[in-house]
Amino acid sequence: MKRFIIKEFLHIFRDVRSMVILFGMPLVQVLLFGFAITNEIRDAKVSIVDPTPDVVTHAIRNKLFASGFFIESEILNSQEEISENFRKGESKMVVIFENDFSGKMERGEHPTIQLIADASDPNTASMLVNYSNGIISEFNRGQQASSGFPLIIAEPRMIYNPALKGVYMFVPGIITILLMLVSAMMTSISIAREKELGTMEVLLVSPLKPFNIIAGKVIPYVLLSFINAISILLLSYYVFGVPVKGSIILLLAESILFIILALSLGIFISTIANNQQTAMMLSMFAMMLPTILLSGFIFPIENMPEVLQWLSLAMPPRWFIQIIKSIMLKGSGINYFWKETLILAFMAMVFIVASIRKFKIRLA
Amino acid sequence: MRTIFYIMQKEFIQVFRNRMMLPIIFLMPVIQLLILSFAVTYEIKQIRLYITDIDNSVASRSLLQHFRSSPFYQIEGESKNAAEGMENIRKGTVHQMICILPGFEKNLAKGVPAKVQIINDAINGSAAALMNAYTVSIIGNYNQGIIAEAVPEAQPVVKINWLYWFNPELDYKTYMIPGILVLLVTIIGMFLAGMNVVREKEIGTIEQINVTPIKKYQFIAGKLIPFWIIALFDLAAGLLMARFFFSIPILGNIFLIFLVASVYLIVVMGIGLFISTVTNTQQQSMFLAWFFLVVFILMSGLFTPVESMPQWARNINVINPIAYFIRMIRMIMLKGSGFQDIVKHLIYLALYGITILSLAVWRYRKTT
Amino acid sequence: MSSNGLVIEAENMVKRFGRFIANDNLTFSVSKGEIFGFLGANGAGKTTAIRILCGLSRPTSGKIRVAGYDVYTETEKIKRRIGYMSQRFSLYEDLTVIENFRFFGGIYGLKRPVIMERSHEMLTRLGIIHFENTVISELPLGIRQKLAFSVSILHTPELVFLDEPTGGVDPITRRQFWEMIHEAAASGITVFVTTHYMDEAEYCNRVSIMVDGKIEALDTPERLKTKYQAQNMNEVFLKLARKTN
Repeated sequence: MKRFIIKEFLHIFRDVRSMVILFGMPLVQVLLFGFAITNEIRDAKVSIVDPTPDVVTHAIRNKLFASGFFIESEILNSQEEISENFRKGESKMVVIFENDFSGKMERGEHPTIQLIADASDPNTASMLVNYSNGIISEFNRGQQASSGFPLIIAEPRMIYNPALKGVYMFVPGIITILLMLVSAMMTSISIAREKELGTMEVLLVSPLKPFNIIAGKVIPYVLLSFINAISILLLSYYVFGVPVKGSIILLLAESILFIILALSLGIFISTIANNQQTAMMLSMFAMMLPTILLSGFIFPIENMPEVLQWLSLAMPPRWFIQIIKSIMLKGSGINYFWKETLILAFMAMVFIVASIRKFKIRLA
Repeated sequence: MRTIFYIMQKEFIQVFRNRMMLPIIFLMPVIQLLILSFAVTYEIKQIRLYITDIDNSVASRSLLQHFRSSPFYQIEGESKNAAEGMENIRKGTVHQMICILPGFEKNLAKGVPAKVQIINDAINGSAAALMNAYTVSIIGNYNQGIIAEAVPEAQPVVKINWLYWFNPELDYKTYMIPGILVLLVTIIGMFLAGMNVVREKEIGTIEQINVTPIKKYQFIAGKLIPFWIIALFDLAAGLLMARFFFSIPILGNIFLIFLVASVYLIVVMGIGLFISTVTNTQQQSMFLAWFFLVVFILMSGLFTPVESMPQWARNINVINPIAYFIRMIRMIMLKGSGFQDIVKHLIYLALYGITILSLAVWRYRKTT
Repeated sequence: MSSNGLVIEAENMVKRFGRFIANDNLTFSVSKGEIFGFLGANGAGKTTAIRILCGLSRPTSGKIRVAGYDVYTETEKIKRRIGYMSQRFSLYEDLTVIENFRFFGGIYGLKRPVIMERSHEMLTRLGIIHFENTVISELPLGIRQKLAFSVSILHTPELVFLDEPTGGVDPITRRQFWEMIHEAAASGITVFVTTHYMDEAEYCNRVSIMVDGKIEALDTPERLKTKYQAQNMNEVFLKLARKTN
């Protein structure tokens, strides 16, 4: 048994290329995503239609571009130019000032600013409109005589993530994806590989029990994944300043639980797949996309249609992401997520039992 | 040419004979498109709100009535104890708490600014910002109401109105489905073609091919074309579904979409094939392909706006085929962009394809 | 083919992997129509040599010509004229017999009717025409090996390399396999065959015996037996192996 585990280890470690891939890539990914991916709007290209530029329109334009949300793209002249501009993707929004803007203001009329947003990206479009709306309203308020009228002042507080950093959202998601991948995908493929190359038969006729064979295949990956998890946590703490407010031991324990779950899922996939390619495609479709899309990693679950919310209950990453967010960002203890923990443990059990049954049937 | 045909024929037979692979290639993408399209939305349908009204006065109740009557808010709990509300946020049952402190009504009457605390669970920063903006704007409107009552002639100096072009309802599916389609086609293309070659290496059959007088480009072409056809077929199925099931408008020319897709697929499959020439096992090549795929997907602008990324990250997108394709397919499908609008991107993509395929052919070694 | 009737000419062929020398100054030649046995224990360097001669692997040094072409610069021309049956099983297991023939014939550039005619003829001669549409993975090893050999000479090469073709096959099938080899040789195909079954050496016109990367002996089986005063080739081999150790 011990020899067998060592063999598996050698298998993985002897190959420098595999090692670089297994340890290096997750780190590169965390760095890339941590720095690059965000939902905030910055430097969105905005074009202007201003038929009669004057002091007021320039003041408003300056206010818009000083905000940092927008950068000026082009000055346009006609309706056709606007369509052309959008079709080429040159700008995300066009701000249109009415004719004779300051003149109308002087006469006490209320000139209009029209915002046209390219809503083929609805999220960005609505944010851009919101931001410009806010900036122009501010301009309006500045123009209105300040008054001694009673006012209600809203005092927003952002807890757990005061700076509204995107990494807080992405780090838990990326840890989950990577653990899922290294654990589930790699085991499913490595077992499928033995099946495909016929070496599984050799192992099966050996005096090793099927359980030991599986354990031997799996233990190196548990360690690998665990090391990966720790290095990601270190990176996110030291590079991105994502805190670990709760118990680090609890966090690691939950990670191991999730790794075991992912591994058992991987084993299960390998029992149904007949070769590596199938195992890979199954893992890919059955795990990667749902992990990204149905787990609350990028898209909040409560915004989804009810059917999908139900479906997401069956996604292991969903529960794990919830747990790490609680521990890392909220500093909660196990009493806040014992249910989630039990669910993960239960899922792991189900996959293990299912795989053992499948395995036995094949042997019989 | 005949040689290429024989390889293609063999690949097709192998794909269609694999009972497990068939549904994965042809059914899975459709199911995924069906399910996942509903999942990708940033739109906030409801804010789960907790109300802590310590003042409990006519004024506070009047303000809170605006939240109670809004379909945007679902009141999850209410008490005079702010700590209870915080506990709810921690448990995750509530997104936001509005807290009205004692003296609210008195301050309002005296003309002293009356404060309302809004506490947001900000782990998802962008969602928190949006929720906060909704709430602040309701309070702002309430303010305007008070001012209008006092000074009826006060009106904003500049009026604003806005239009959402190409997608007036701000429907996320319209935006996301082309993207998901890209993803599915990419997985099929990149992995099937790439893994296929490493598989022959692993099983040993590649020796038997390497000892024949076959030209390197013939081999690569024979491996590429079958999966290219399969992926285009998948794309067609996905487009049909997008059009007729999700009623996504396809404003542009459908042939243009296929032209772009054909070029794009050559690039991703070229990447897959190149990876397969530098790796020895399917496991390695899969992990490598997976790495690039995840990086490409998350940086492509599929889920998060490209504009928000720092410049260096945008520079990386120069080698990100998915970024090119997503930009083009969205332009064509949603905005009706024509050939002239996208030709620049298309040329880049084509050059990319030629480069990566040449690399794959060059790196493929018949003699070691 | 070269003018002197030699299909393979190797002079001081060396292949090193780092510090390990797999082929140590091999010098030999094979003439047209010959059955040349390349003998040696496992790990003696037989497969390495065969891979170099087929153009799958580049030699470290030495002058080597196969079918009259240089193995450094003209591998693709060599590949046109040779057949190769690798030690690892080399047919596609998920394809049928006829699909394998069609595929390999196709990439050698044979016309479809030619492929069909030849494969039917070969299958009939082997008495397994009824397996035509059977998937390879369902056939016993012996039949697979015969098929792999047939595929490797489908395009009527000048020269065919067989790397351990009879490994793991029962004695009767081995016998039949050697009959196939003789038939091929009779039709003018030169056969270069590696094996570690010494009894099979008796079927060869000439054999070379490799020990630890070197050729220790090269002659007809008869003369080798006389030289080493042995009853059979197995004894020859044992004597040689002992001598070097």
